[in-house]
Amino acid sequence: MTSIITAIVFLILAPLLGGLIAGIDRKVTARMQGRVGPPVLQPFYDVAKLFEKEDVTVTPSQNLYILAYLVFMAVSGAYFFAGGDFLLVIFAFTLAHIFIVLGAYAAYSPYSYIGAERELITLMAYEPMVILTAVGLYMVTGSFYISDIATSTVPAILYLPGVFLGFLTILTIKLRKSPFDISTSHHAHQELVKGLTTEFAGPVLGKIEIAHWYETVVLLGMIYLFFGFNPVLAVVVIALAYLLEIFIDNTFSRMKWQWTMKSGWGVAAILGFLNLVIVYYYYVGV
Amino acid sequence: MPNNRIRDAIIALSGLVISLGSIYLFATSFTGGSVYFPFPFEPTAQVMFVIEMAIALLLLYLGIKFKQYLAVLLVLVQTAITLYFEMTMAGGLEPVKNLFIDEFSIIMALIIGIIGSLIAVYATSYMNTYHEHHPEVRDRRKMFFFVVFVFLAAMFGLVFSNNLLWVFFFWEITTLSSFLLIGYSETEEATNNAFLALKLNLLGGIAFAASFLYLASVDPAGGLFELDALIASGQSVAIIPAVLICFAGLTKAAQMPFSGWLVGAMVAPTPVSALLHSSTMVKAGVYIIVRFAPVLLGTLAGVAFGMVGAVTFLLASAIAISQTNAKKVLAYSTIANLGLIVACASVGTPELVWAAIMLIIFHAVAKSLLFLCVGTVEHRTGSRDIEDMDGLIVKFPKIAVMIAIGIAGMFLAPFGMLISKWAAIEGFIDAPFGIVFVTILAFGSAVTVFFWAKWMGKILAVTPFGENLEGTVSRGKWVVLSSLAALTVLAALLFPLVSSVLIEPYVLGVYGETARLAQDNIIIMLLMVLLLLFLPLSLYTSSKESRKLPVYMGGRSTTPDLKFAGSLGIQREMTTRNYYFEEYFGEKKLLRWGNPVCILLILVAAALVAWGMSQGVIL
Repeated sequence: MTSIITAIVFLILAPLLGGLIAGIDRKVTARMQGRVGPPVLQPFYDVAKLFEKEDVTVTPSQNLYILAYLVFMAVSGAYFFAGGDFLLVIFAFTLAHIFIVLGAYAAYSPYSYIGAERELITLMAYEPMVILTAVGLYMVTGSFYISDIATSTVPAILYLPGVFLGFLTILTIKLRKSPFDISTSHHAHQELVKGLTTEFAGPVLGKIEIAHWYETVVLLGMIYLFFGFNPVLAVVVIALAYLLEIFIDNTFSRMKWQWTMKSGWGVAAILGFLNLVIVYYYYVGV
Repeated sequence: MPNNRIRDAIIALSGLVISLGSIYLFATSFTGGSVYFPFPFEPTAQVMFVIEMAIALLLLYLGIKFKQYLAVLLVLVQTAITLYFEMTMAGGLEPVKNLFIDEFSIIMALIIGIIGSLIAVYATSYMNTYHEHHPEVRDRRKMFFFVVFVFLAAMFGLVFSNNLLWVFFFWEITTLSSFLLIGYSETEEATNNAFLALKLNLLGGIAFAASFLYLASVDPAGGLFELDALIASGQSVAIIPAVLICFAGLTKAAQMPFSGWLVGAMVAPTPVSALLHSSTMVKAGVYIIVRFAPVLLGTLAGVAFGMVGAVTFLLASAIAISQTNAKKVLAYSTIANLGLIVACASVGTPELVWAAIMLIIFHAVAKSLLFLCVGTVEHRTGSRDIEDMDGLIVKFPKIAVMIAIGIAGMFLAPFGMLISKWAAIEGFIDAPFGIVFVTILAFGSAVTVFFWAKWMGKILAVTPFGENLEGTVSRGKWVVLSSLAALTVLAALLFPLVSSVLIEPYVLGVYGETARLAQDNIIIMLLMVLLLLFLPLSLYTSSKESRKLPVYMGGRSTTPDLKFAGSLGIQREMTTRNYYFEEYFGEKKLLRWGNPVCILLILVAAALVAWGMSQGVIL
């Protein structure tokens, strides 16, 4: 069921692809704001520069947590692209996220501490919808294995429009885009300094960036699963979905954490759950 | 003092014997399937009856002494049922296969034997300190340790009895033991909470006893009093006693609306809590429901009970978010996990029973570790509040790591509880009303991540101040704590083995088909555990040369212990606090929803069974 080759390909290519997406993201964002924007390869220059910087920490243990964050993010992503069990992938992602949160706690600094707490809130906000996404795809394709879901000829999107919309909503949370960037303030705004990542610098911050690239690729891969029956369509939808995220990012200002919770849980409870109930009774049959 | 030392030695020795005994039992019997022992029914049953009546008299005396008239009433009702049964119906009973072992009993025996003994050994040193800290509490340690071992003995009796009357006897002993242990300190609060536990468990006891009246009226020869025969007799006969006994299971497993007693039990010394949560009391409740799972399978009553478990899982997890008291967080997480076990067992498909047994194992190990660690921290720092656990990793590095292992065991990926939750999600999808269960599970599991992770973050925060206080922890405690921490990790590494040797054969024996996780997933999980274990090594290699900087304080001038210059020249101290969201997840607020919903569900289950019986169908 699992393929080692795709896993290795993922491990090598995902950071490149993720960095590129980040570069395009910045370019498009700049154009939306009427700026020229940095070159598309800017994220790579940034990370390369981070790795040249001095390794400074508040406490050495935070480096360990970030290493674990990167490793588990890469491993769970590799397992996703190897075609593994969707639920296990989700739980492994949670594990990876807990590590970055612990890293932020470890520094015992007011900004990173609040960032960590807020990151946990976002985690709690999107987790139900992610699990329901996996469950929905299982109900439609009959398997929890990414390899089966991706190659299934069933047009999953037709059965799961609610789940898909729900997933797009939490994608905004997961990518830490405005209005849901409550834990990191990714536009370096006033409120939280850089929240979760305040106390990270140099190579460690570079690792966080790379982990984020891995994650972006996997998240977009999850969109593919809804359109596995038609790969071309899938790629088009992924591009459109990401553009939509950039658009949302640039049109909404940051909301309070309450709104993050309500959005995440609301879409899970309304779009996700109702969609699944309908699939359960009308398509799968009782 | 020398007297104490002798007692401690005896307890340590007994603990060793009991643990080795349960391991020996496992080593010699795990291949045997179900084995029945025709232990003589009489005169054992008569002895038990005498003891039961003595217990009833004791409880009546205590109830009147403390003016707990509701408890008195419940004791009277239960005794009346038992007496009526003995006088009019028990005469012809002659069950033969009174004792048995099978794979599930062996699992339970290992939990009771090993974890129970470790807790008892830990308690010896804990109780010494406890009495130093609480001179006002009467020293009743003789009674305490006597009851602890009676408790363990009763648990063994419970899991090895095939005769329902005997199961009930041991059931009542566990109720009594927990009653005595919760009330140990004899304060007003302890006494009230002990009686609360007693009353709620007596409700279950009455239902349990009532099932005998039904069984004896259906089958006067008493063949149905054998657990295996009853479960094999089919739903048309077994559903009524199953619902009654599983109701008793709900009370003992502290499901809503009965959850109050387990929270109240927190007033007891910490080893008692550890015992109640991990290896005795509440495990008896879920044990019996797992036993009856095949009878509940496919019935609406089973679904209703399962929903009680699911609602309890969700709401208790949510309540845990709002608690700052570490022991209360542990209590609510136990209630939540028991809810999940109850949900799995009541719906009762093979996959879900597999998940339920896994949950029982992992919960027992991780929760006992957490309780004992919190107990140790409380004794050393005088607080069990999570907010006071800042920088535990600096003050108690080893204990903090153990707490982190325990917490990871409760919710993180390669560890146990999560494997079981995952199996539960997969199991529920194909079960009746599966979508509702799965959705509840998805929300519940997200909530769990929040309250565990923020606690974990609190203890792992490296404060620039604080000194190592660990030297003051006694050697005996270290042995117990490290054993439990090792067990938590081992359980994660060895679970495929436990599954294939014990759980799968049991499920196969009961259902004729079995359940397991896919092989390649197991390999991935094991790789993850190994990866986690090797990660700390990188601390020694990579970060030696990194330069240390103070934390970012917005440009304020800051002292090393994080005091900073506030406005108007005032020195302020930097403090951090976790979110508790009292306004969303408050205890009162959520119980106001949970209790009525669960009461309603239980009534629905009862109504369905009653109506179904009158129509001659099983719903």
